[in-house]
Amino acid sequence: MSNFRRVKEISRRSLLGGAALAAPAAVGLGGLIAERGAGSARADDGGDPGAGGHSGHSGHGGFSHATFEPGRTVDHEANGFHPTELLRDFDYGRTRRLAGGRVLREWEVIAEDREIEVAPGVKYEAWTYNGRVPGPTFRATEGDLMRIRFANGSEHPHTIHFHGIHPAAMDGMPGVGELRGGGQIEPGESFTYEFDAAPFGLHLYHCHVSPLAPHIARGLYGAFVVDPKQGRPEADEMVMVMNGFDTNFDLANEVYAVNTVGFHYVNEPIRVQRDALTRVYLVNILEFDQVNSFHVHGNFFNYFPTGTSLQPSELTDTVIQGQGQRGILELNFPYDGDYMFHAHVTEFAELGWTGFFRVGP
Amino acid sequence: MEAGTRVERGVGGGLPSWLLGVAPLLVIAAAIGGFALLGGPGLGDRNGPPAEELAVERTVLRPGEIELTLRNDGPDPVEVAQVAVNDAYAPFVAAGGREVGRLGSTRLVVSYPWIEGEAYEVFVLTASGGTIDAAIPVAAETPEADASFFGLMALLGIYVGVIPVSLGMLWLPFMRRLGAGWMGALIAFTIGLLAFLAIDAALEGLEIAAGAPAAFGPTGLVFVGALGAYLALAGVDAHLGERGRRAGGSAAAGGGYLALLVAVGIGLHNLGEGLAIGSAYATGALALGAFLVVGFAIHNTTEGLAIVAPLRESGPPGLARLAALGLLAGGPAVLGAWIGSVAFNPSLAALLFGVGVGAIARVIVQIAPVMRDAAGRLLYPVSVAGILAGMAALYVTGLLVTV
Repeated sequence: MSNFRRVKEISRRSLLGGAALAAPAAVGLGGLIAERGAGSARADDGGDPGAGGHSGHSGHGGFSHATFEPGRTVDHEANGFHPTELLRDFDYGRTRRLAGGRVLREWEVIAEDREIEVAPGVKYEAWTYNGRVPGPTFRATEGDLMRIRFANGSEHPHTIHFHGIHPAAMDGMPGVGELRGGGQIEPGESFTYEFDAAPFGLHLYHCHVSPLAPHIARGLYGAFVVDPKQGRPEADEMVMVMNGFDTNFDLANEVYAVNTVGFHYVNEPIRVQRDALTRVYLVNILEFDQVNSFHVHGNFFNYFPTGTSLQPSELTDTVIQGQGQRGILELNFPYDGDYMFHAHVTEFAELGWTGFFRVGP
Repeated sequence: MEAGTRVERGVGGGLPSWLLGVAPLLVIAAAIGGFALLGGPGLGDRNGPPAEELAVERTVLRPGEIELTLRNDGPDPVEVAQVAVNDAYAPFVAAGGREVGRLGSTRLVVSYPWIEGEAYEVFVLTASGGTIDAAIPVAAETPEADASFFGLMALLGIYVGVIPVSLGMLWLPFMRRLGAGWMGALIAFTIGLLAFLAIDAALEGLEIAAGAPAAFGPTGLVFVGALGAYLALAGVDAHLGERGRRAGGSAAAGGGYLALLVAVGIGLHNLGEGLAIGSAYATGALALGAFLVVGFAIHNTTEGLAIVAPLRESGPPGLARLAALGLLAGGPAVLGAWIGSVAFNPSLAALLFGVGVGAIARVIVQIAPVMRDAAGRLLYPVSVAGILAGMAALYVTGLLVTV
């Protein structure tokens, strides 16, 4: 916890300022004519695909977009995960076919407390599933049997609450699953969640121990994809979990991001192919703020809310999601270049939730 | 006495006394060193996370740039990680390094296209995720400290300090015409003025101290400054008084001496006043309006009156002497304005306001005896009325600058 210190201006300010208001006409004591203002903030959406990462710093007196201190990045190795790799990391589990032809998918998940760097130089005491934030992106096909063995290696009680269709005992809900050994999982204990992959679409999971806000905001969440039986069109697929970090515990986020590290995809733009289908699994798990949003520059996308229909609901360039909402985006980039994507809640965008697609042949 | 000496000899043996004086210091140093070296045996680590505290000492705005001077006034080192202006992270350079040790300071030069007249909230994110806020209520470019700016500040100091004080002195011929019985009343009036200035300076100093980094104990500095100035002036006075008596001082010389004291006290007060004005101007909070300058002028004119009151009964003072007194009382406003505009430091300001308070208190004590009536009383109807009138005069003219 940090101590909050607001420094007052010299006390005379108000007094003298008031006097100045009473007679704004300045006495001719020799004026100081100043160059005001300076650089304008412009969104850097052009760009040369061959160029390096966006430093965001265009010299004295201005910048092209909000950024962290130039030249500093997060130590991904120490974090134990890399947002660029995490993007396309879908976890299908250990798979085997059950009698009758049904597919069983099994995963091991460990909750662990871990310090992660959410912005260059800013450490955060996170609670994680498998040491990463967001947790693994589980992926199954509609009708598969999912079995997740959860061991709580954290100092705090946790659960995994999956969105989806399943019996109450498998809900990861303290006070509900206890009779069957589930419910709240104390430190050192474990439990195996088992349920059918249904319905198809894009879902999420998170801890459901009370108090809920910190148990989610500390990092215990992830995406969970159920593919329709017939599959979806071939595409370059990626998962984006929109999150944020309340680093000073004042119930408001200081850092916003997709996949945890602020401005990561500014420093390392996401490379995508021109004229190829790109599919984004977009989940909003942001705590403390009512809504989050996704906006892409220079393009439009088909939006499939919750991914539960194969028909898009809208062709748009901006979607809004409340906490727990998610949807699938499909788009094609017809031109090469760098295209920014960011929350159109501009405050979030400039506090870290900004990235670039780098389109090339 | 005899017994005491013998006991000392008994304990110290034949050791020289300087060694006896130094030995405890050495033992204390060794104990502290050992304690620190062993990491405070038995005490363990701190309870809970480190307490990060940074205070913003100074904010400078240049086109496209905001510069913050931060001081660590907490018990633990603080590492600056990122900086955001109005909820947008901004590129910055930590000119004094990102790590700020206890009592250390650093300068953050933040690139940000700020716009004149708007309000800004800067937050500094530390390595542990803590935030330190700095508010810029009204953005205005900080003036460059070049020759013309120093000239401007000097002119301002002369307008609000030297000229009004000198004008106030023009009452001297009038006062000399007044009957002898008026002396007590005039001195009482002067004391009233001074008392008001002391109260004003004390409040001002404490207010600045409240916003200053806690590291240097700014509230304590106000009192240290006051006590220090009081004692220093008392010491100087004792020294000069000794010499004066040896030289066979007269009543007239006494009057001149009192006038000098009053001028010194008011001068130290105007140093703080100039500091406040210079700082307010530099941060854009002060427009040099005619109203303000006139207000200060009227306010400070009464100070001139206070200086010449003790001269009533001495021979006609030379113009040069009067000018010197005026400069002594009003000139520090120029110095204060310079310091305040280019190197404002809240801890220093708190100390200087304290010095003003102490100086004035000493002057009051010094000139109070002159106020005694024939019966030797300090407080009698005329003197009380004079003191109240003096305070009222400054209060009312003060309204001109505080409206």
